[in-house]
Amino acid sequence: MKYLYALVLALLAASGSGAKEATQLAEDPVVEQRLIAISEEMRCLVCQNESLAGSRSDLAMDLRRELRGLIKQGKTDAEIKEFMVSRYGDFVLYRPPVKPTTWLLWAGPFGLMGIGVMALFMYLRRRNASMTPEELTDEERKRVEALLQEGEK
Amino acid sequence: MKAKFLIPLGLFVVLVLFLAVGLGLDPREVPSPLVNKPAPVFKLTQLEQPELQFGTEDLKGKVWLFNVWASWCVACRQEHPVLMEFSRTQLVPIIGLDYKDQRKDALGVLRRAGNPYDVTAFDGDGRVGIDYGVYGVPESYVIDKAGVIRYKHIGPITTEALQKTIIPLINELKKS
Repeated sequence: MKYLYALVLALLAASGSGAKEATQLAEDPVVEQRLIAISEEMRCLVCQNESLAGSRSDLAMDLRRELRGLIKQGKTDAEIKEFMVSRYGDFVLYRPPVKPTTWLLWAGPFGLMGIGVMALFMYLRRRNASMTPEELTDEERKRVEALLQEGEK
Repeated sequence: MKAKFLIPLGLFVVLVLFLAVGLGLDPREVPSPLVNKPAPVFKLTQLEQPELQFGTEDLKGKVWLFNVWASWCVACRQEHPVLMEFSRTQLVPIIGLDYKDQRKDALGVLRRAGNPYDVTAFDGDGRVGIDYGVYGVPESYVIDKAGVIRYKHIGPITTEALQKTIIPLINELKKS
């Protein structure tokens, strides 16, 4: 395990890109903090199940470089988001915006739940209606009383 | 009353259909927001002649095919012969963008496999690629006379894609 760790460290040092990343972190922690906050909300397009903050793909590194530049230029979060969306589409955002094409996505689950609740109510009401309590006839009542008295003895 | 028992079966069939469609989709093909938007402007040095510049300016009023490639890209090799074939038709200028590459590697590829490009712009740090929303090389764009991106092809161009989609689109765009 120790050897593996040493090997990884050596590889990182050798690749240079890792080293560069580290110096930039030290350079301006405030920028880096914002970069992480923004890029965690974005998808890396090369490895789609990774966030832009976590990915080590070349494109993700380049994009982080670009975003770092934008942050240093004093762009707002909304402007940075727009930079990404205008290039890669809403797909880069882990939280899709609410707009006509995503209404179904946002409202769909609630709609399905509504349908389910309605179906449940309808079913319960129909079942209630079908189960009219049966009245006992006088003869049956007498038999019940007789049986109960018998039981008490 | 009997039909009621068919409801779960019907729902199941719907689910299976959704699954079938879903399996057929390629998650790597992300629709580009750049289609029908003006192509991002760039001005870069040329691959073959680093002292010369080349940019979108030089293509005003022309329909052109923009192909993003790199010497390290394996799928580009697969695409290369298709582009060679297409370049022989002289239908439109084919502009290459050598994306995040080393000049000598890229020149080596062109020397060995032939050069289908009218001009190749050299994008060493990948900034122009980012402007074009490139996330997996090769990617290609058809750009019209007004400088608007009309089509984006993700992945290697196949002869089929060329014949069925790209060439008809180019012919139509050239007429307008």
